[in-house]
Amino acid sequence: MDKSLAERIAANPDYQLLKSRRSRFGWILTIAMLIVYYGYIMLIAFDKELLAHRIGDGVTTWGIPIGFGVIIFTILITGVYVRRANSEFDALSDRVRKEVLK
Amino acid sequence: MRRISALAATLTVSAIPGVASAADVIQGGAKQATNWTAIAMFACFVIATLFITKWAASKTKSASDFYTAGGGITGFQNGLAIAGDYMSAASFLGISAAVMTTGYDGLIYSIGFLVGWPILTFLMAERLRNLGKFTFADVAAFRFAQAPVRIFAASGTLVVVAFYLIAQMVGAGSLIELLFGLDYWIAVVIVGALMMIYVLFGGMTATTWVQIIKACLLLGGASFMAFMVMWKYGFSPEALFADAVRIKADIAAGDGATPQEAAAAGQSIMGPGTFIKDPISAISFGMALMFGTAGLPHILMRFFTVPSAKEARKSVMWATTWIGYFYLLTFIIGFGAITFVLTNPEFLSADGALVGGNNMAAVHLAKAVGGNVFLGFISAVAFATILAVVAGLTLSGASAVSHDLYATVIKKGHPEPGSELRVSRITTICLGVVAVVLGIAFKNQNIAFMVSLAFAVAASANFPVLFMSVLWKDCTTKGAVVGGFLGLISSVVLTILSPSVWEATLGYPAGSAPFPYTSPALFSMALAFLGIWIVSKMDNSQRARIDRDGFLAQQVRSETGIGASAASSH
Repeated sequence: MDKSLAERIAANPDYQLLKSRRSRFGWILTIAMLIVYYGYIMLIAFDKELLAHRIGDGVTTWGIPIGFGVIIFTILITGVYVRRANSEFDALSDRVRKEVLK
Repeated sequence: MRRISALAATLTVSAIPGVASAADVIQGGAKQATNWTAIAMFACFVIATLFITKWAASKTKSASDFYTAGGGITGFQNGLAIAGDYMSAASFLGISAAVMTTGYDGLIYSIGFLVGWPILTFLMAERLRNLGKFTFADVAAFRFAQAPVRIFAASGTLVVVAFYLIAQMVGAGSLIELLFGLDYWIAVVIVGALMMIYVLFGGMTATTWVQIIKACLLLGGASFMAFMVMWKYGFSPEALFADAVRIKADIAAGDGATPQEAAAAGQSIMGPGTFIKDPISAISFGMALMFGTAGLPHILMRFFTVPSAKEARKSVMWATTWIGYFYLLTFIIGFGAITFVLTNPEFLSADGALVGGNNMAAVHLAKAVGGNVFLGFISAVAFATILAVVAGLTLSGASAVSHDLYATVIKKGHPEPGSELRVSRITTICLGVVAVVLGIAFKNQNIAFMVSLAFAVAASANFPVLFMSVLWKDCTTKGAVVGGFLGLISSVVLTILSPSVWEATLGYPAGSAPFPYTSPALFSMALAFLGIWIVSKMDNSQRARIDRDGFLAQQVRSETGIGASAASSH
């Protein structure tokens, strides 16, 4: 890509919108994932008792829904990003492409 | 009495240092009688994959076909292939064994392997797809001086591939000795030979389809086992857990524990145990797994096999879903092993240990829920799994040599037509031979650290360079190379100085390891990022100006895909 084309794209308002929205969204979700995972690890490191605490009368502990929850959360948060990126971000990206390459 | 102390011994061994030692590598046990059902099923798999290889060979004409299957894989297919790359035999057998022995700790361990995927999706996947062509070095070196960055990336790739490969080969030998009753060296040679055939003739197309078939077989087999376990308990997790707790308590009581101690021992599998000792080890190990995923060359390479960024995102979505589902299954399978296997004298030797070692948990469970035929099926799937993972690793090592070192560094980007493909095939043969030789040389060595080391190197060398080159404008050639090598060298050295190598492999006394933590990633990653940052900041060379000038064009292409590799317009 030559430099003038790159500069033209960089100056395109839709491109700027795409870049800022995607980067914001990506970082927010990244931080959410880091908090959930390291929160879980720190919970284990500092308060093992909480996860080993039984729910009600059975043997099942809080650790089970929380651990499974981390797995489900990981899958869902990936889905949330992919869904938005494959619709909104790709549409924006196509618009940029049409505008600068016409 | 003896039975319990043996069990207790395995419990402690696998819990320290971390479940890692249990889950990373399949250690050998006694050789079993030749298992003809398993061999027949494996033969079917091999024949099917050889036909696929023949078909793939007819499609593999150019370098692009060889490295990336011509960019013609769909997101769904690629997702399965990525999941296949990730669900190794070690993780299937190792994690279910870890759940059987330690319960909840096995879940904590497996979660670590999953959480890197969203990070890879949010920050890297589509940018990789938009910038790269064949290898992750294409992305890392995009705006930099090619030779130094490619040499670094190829080193990072080969180190990761080498450790991962040795772990797989040794695992293959031990596992197949156990499951099929074949000699260790025969197993290693079979794996090496078949893997070379897939990669040499079928390139990425064959490797991907072998991986897809194996992923389907593995997911299908594991689903069936988990279903049968849950069936017995009327699909009530509480009933399964309660039975497992009771059995663990009975085992403890049989050892002479007081009823109170026995009850506590039983209930202990429902909560965290000794896996996470100190917070620093926990964070460091978590970082290795999380960011290592985004730096594994054989995984990153898969993003170039799909035609667009959209398909790249779909691949990670599917991969994450399948891998997450798989870890939920292994947790159920591990508990199933407690209730079906630990209570059945058929699977226990005289001293109460599992026949063939703890890693046989899932295999024995297969027999318990599905009889001999299903046992043969699961054994064949385990063999196929190793084969497929090894093929993917070799392909990525071969492309680092042929595409990064030969075509770009030595031939300055202008290799004679056809020569690049020839070099990658020669490299494949060399890697195959080396893998077989090392697989045999490392027999009976304690190599539990090798997979964690591969992740630590990927997280400390490949990931920081990729990340900074794509996202940080001021990164320069010098910064990337210096920081990358700092991460690479420090992660390897600190691993050697850590207990898992210093004490477990080199045999120095317990507690003498100079580096006390489970994983070096926290320190080596910090060193790599710091190195890149400081050296780039201080870099005022002519080249540094070109590097910084190139950022805008790189960023525009990484965000929009405009100008992206021709693999997309296939």
